[in-house]
Amino acid sequence: MRCEQVADRLPAAAEGLEALDPAARRHVERCLRCQADAVQYRKVLRAMRALRTEVLVPAPGLLPELLASLGEAGEQQAVRAMFRGRRGAYLGGLAAATAAGAAGAVVLTIRNRRSKVSLAG
Amino acid sequence: MTDRADLAALVVAAQSGDQRAFESLVRATHAETYTLAYRLTGDDEDARDVTQDTYLRAYRALDRFRGDARFQTWLYRITANSASTLLGQRARHRHDELTEEAPVADERIHIDPVARAEGDSLRHHLTAALRRLPPGLRAVVVLRDVYDLPHDAIATELDISVTAAKVRLHRARRRLREDLYAQPHEGEARAV
Repeated sequence: MRCEQVADRLPAAAEGLEALDPAARRHVERCLRCQADAVQYRKVLRAMRALRTEVLVPAPGLLPELLASLGEAGEQQAVRAMFRGRRGAYLGGLAAATAAGAAGAVVLTIRNRRSKVSLAG
Repeated sequence: MTDRADLAALVVAAQSGDQRAFESLVRATHAETYTLAYRLTGDDEDARDVTQDTYLRAYRALDRFRGDARFQTWLYRITANSASTLLGQRARHRHDELTEEAPVADERIHIDPVARAEGDSLRHHLTAALRRLPPGLRAVVVLRDVYDLPHDAIATELDISVTAAKVRLHRARRRLREDLYAQPHEGEARAV
């Protein structure tokens, strides 16, 4: 295997030579040039991981902006929830009225039938 | 700094509707979220927009956060998705350098590569090199190598395949190494 063939696979060596396939690994173990490249990949990865601990300080205005936009979103959500609640109450009332109407109709029908039966009898 | 247990308690409170708890979460995490947003976008204004969008999305989706990952990791994923959306919109509007393979301006300053390779100097130049990466490559390498997100999570948030995420990671690492260890003059011996 030649260095040019290994070059494409070397970025994986940042995490250690064991991340390479066996053929590439055998080459790197014998090739100083590729070992040097692998070392550079590892250094870059170490530096990348070190960035994790670096936290940028945002401009002071960011936090109030975030809280204001969340406050707005919270209000919108509350208004939507209120409308959902009202709609629920409206639909509930409508259903109760319909049920009451239906029950009344049933009672009237039964009464009518009874009176017809007693007249006939 | 609020520790992990505190954050978890705040998340539970916020999920039960405590608006102040969510605000405390924002206070505790916004600098880290902004930092990731800045690393992904490379621009302060964009990073602020992405940070704002991240918290709005998190607020609306908080009841779907199951707590099996760290809250901050969940925010990283939302941030990555939000940044990807913003950069995607830019790419559609500008039709310019935001594709993965498009060339980027080379602002390298040739400094002794041996000196550059050490400690803080390497980190400093790495930050600059990251900014020079095309956004598609930068997002993957930052999320994987800095924030340690798994390939599948990166693929999901950037809306690409896992294979594409791995290919981009390799390309990004190669470009960073070439950028940081490049020779000032072609034909010279390689710096080792």
